[in-house]
Amino acid sequence: MTTFLELLVNGISIGAVYALIALGFVIIFKATEVVNFAHASLLLVGGFIVAKTHESLGFWLALLLGLAGAAALGALIEFAVIRRANVVSHSILAIVTIGVDIVLTTELTRQIGTEVLALGDPWGSEVLHIGAVNIPLARIAALVTASLVIALFLLAFKYTNWGIAMRATAEDSETAALMGVRRGRVSMGAWAVAGALAALAALFMCIFPTPGLDRTVTATAMKAFPAAILGGLDSTTGALAGGLIIGVTESLVGGYQSELVFLGRGLGDVAPFLVMIIILLIRPAGLFGTRELARV
Amino acid sequence: MSRSTILWSAVLAAAAVVIPFYLDASWLQDGLFAMAAAIGAIGLNLLTGATGQLSMGHAFFLAVGAFGYVYFASEPQEGGAHALGGLGLPTPLAAVLAVLLAGVAGGLFSPIAARLKGAYLGIATLALIFIGQFAMTNATPVTGGHNGRPVPPMELFGFVFADTPEAPLVIAGVPFGALERLWFLGAILLLGAGLFARGVLRGRPGRAMNTIRDHEIAAGVMGVPVSRYRAGVFVLSSMYGGLAGVLIALVFQQTVPDYFGLLLALAYLAMIIIGGLGSVAGAVIGAVFVSMLPRLLTRYSDALPLIVQPGQEGVGAAEAAQILYGLAVVVVVLFLPGGLLGLITQLRLRIGNRLPAAAAPKHSLTPTPETRN
Repeated sequence: MTTFLELLVNGISIGAVYALIALGFVIIFKATEVVNFAHASLLLVGGFIVAKTHESLGFWLALLLGLAGAAALGALIEFAVIRRANVVSHSILAIVTIGVDIVLTTELTRQIGTEVLALGDPWGSEVLHIGAVNIPLARIAALVTASLVIALFLLAFKYTNWGIAMRATAEDSETAALMGVRRGRVSMGAWAVAGALAALAALFMCIFPTPGLDRTVTATAMKAFPAAILGGLDSTTGALAGGLIIGVTESLVGGYQSELVFLGRGLGDVAPFLVMIIILLIRPAGLFGTRELARV
Repeated sequence: MSRSTILWSAVLAAAAVVIPFYLDASWLQDGLFAMAAAIGAIGLNLLTGATGQLSMGHAFFLAVGAFGYVYFASEPQEGGAHALGGLGLPTPLAAVLAVLLAGVAGGLFSPIAARLKGAYLGIATLALIFIGQFAMTNATPVTGGHNGRPVPPMELFGFVFADTPEAPLVIAGVPFGALERLWFLGAILLLGAGLFARGVLRGRPGRAMNTIRDHEIAAGVMGVPVSRYRAGVFVLSSMYGGLAGVLIALVFQQTVPDYFGLLLALAYLAMIIIGGLGSVAGAVIGAVFVSMLPRLLTRYSDALPLIVQPGQEGVGAAEAAQILYGLAVVVVVLFLPGGLLGLITQLRLRIGNRLPAAAAPKHSLTPTPETRN
């Protein structure tokens, strides 16, 4: 039972981090209808900046810099590439982001090389004991921060002018533009916010109990894609639910690996994708996604 | 068929026959990889370019083809924990079965491939890469685990596609080893694959596929069974992937699971974008570009700025090639919507227009194709 509880809390905490990534992914999709495959590299950039600057600047400043850097990069991709691409099909825009991803990831993994970079976070490897349950402090920090940020974001999405502009654009971008919503600014803002969320996720993905930032982080970040799609690509609620489902699944399957060994080694890495496939078989638009209706 | 098409085909055919007599082994090997990549890219272009369905999991079908061939063709090996399974079938049969197996794998995915569209399918197919890696590292009796396993050479009607030191084959003073022989096999397979895909694209199915890409509802209203077509194209394109996998296995002579990862799948997408979406020629051009780029950069690394020799600090040739084709994808979408093929067609049209214009006064009575209407 204690193992189960530990795994569950861990899973929820990892899930909250996935939710951060998936949320950014969904925001970009809502604002620009682009499936952003470069999301993993935004995450890597954020983490890389924190890892490189925390020694000279101290952790908090470095984190701020990482968030700002990833946000700026997101805005830059939107401004320099997505806005200029004059294509009919959104699948092609998705492939462009793959091109961007190849460039960024190749360069960053080359910079990182075989090293494992520490991020200099204040939580270290301390473990919190609640009764018989042991949970690393970093995981609690991840859970609390992610929940706060997500709540803040959802409130902003609902009540601020920025959020209303964003939702209006997502609903009907032409009408929104006629009402005076600046489309360019909205989509750039979406990319910047998504970048910052990804950088924050990068921090929590690379601290204890994981060893640090290394070249495999992008592969881990890939698990946020199933999180986004199984919740429904156009639903913020879906991103949260998807993130939690993926996190808990991964944690439980990884934790009970010894009992599941007959299924093969490394099942924890595939489990998110298997869950995604099962859910897509039942609901092709995802759990909370709007089913596409068309009027002819 | 116009005269210039016939001329071009003749030139290409002649080049394909002559090349193995002149180029050395390493260039031939890269050429063969380019051929295999071209076959896979043609298949992906049917799916992504012509039907508008994104697949990021194509490397999985290449792996199914490669390991399927190895498993069907190899004799089983004893060896305790390292025992390797195999059926020991005749190699041509093994190759055909491997391609069919890739098709079956694609068919198993069809409940998803038929329902999801565009980029949604792209994310769903990501799963194939991860499931594939998982299966390959666990099914060691089939795949040989991390280090892979050797590939039995193809043998067609007693002719072995491998180095035969005991009975060397020399044609016109050039010793014909494994690569020279495989070159012709690859060229024939590529030709067949290309012609078949062209037939599909130009016929009824191709029009249906393009309509699905351009307007799904219109396609449905006109009587195209959208889901069935999506599933069917997915299966066809996975069979192309399987064939490419078989050829890659034959050239490599050793199949390694790590090779069939996400990077490979992304490289195939880059090929069809760079070459030109929706056409056979585009896929081939893109495949040649992406597969030859690392080779060219390595060959001329001392002459190029920013690229260092292997083993030194800095941007290596392989990384530079990756960055370059990533950039090429972005540049092509921004500035060359038709890809390299579109660029070539434009240039040809421009040259074609200029020449008749200059020559117009002489033949003003004979209508050119442009003035006929």
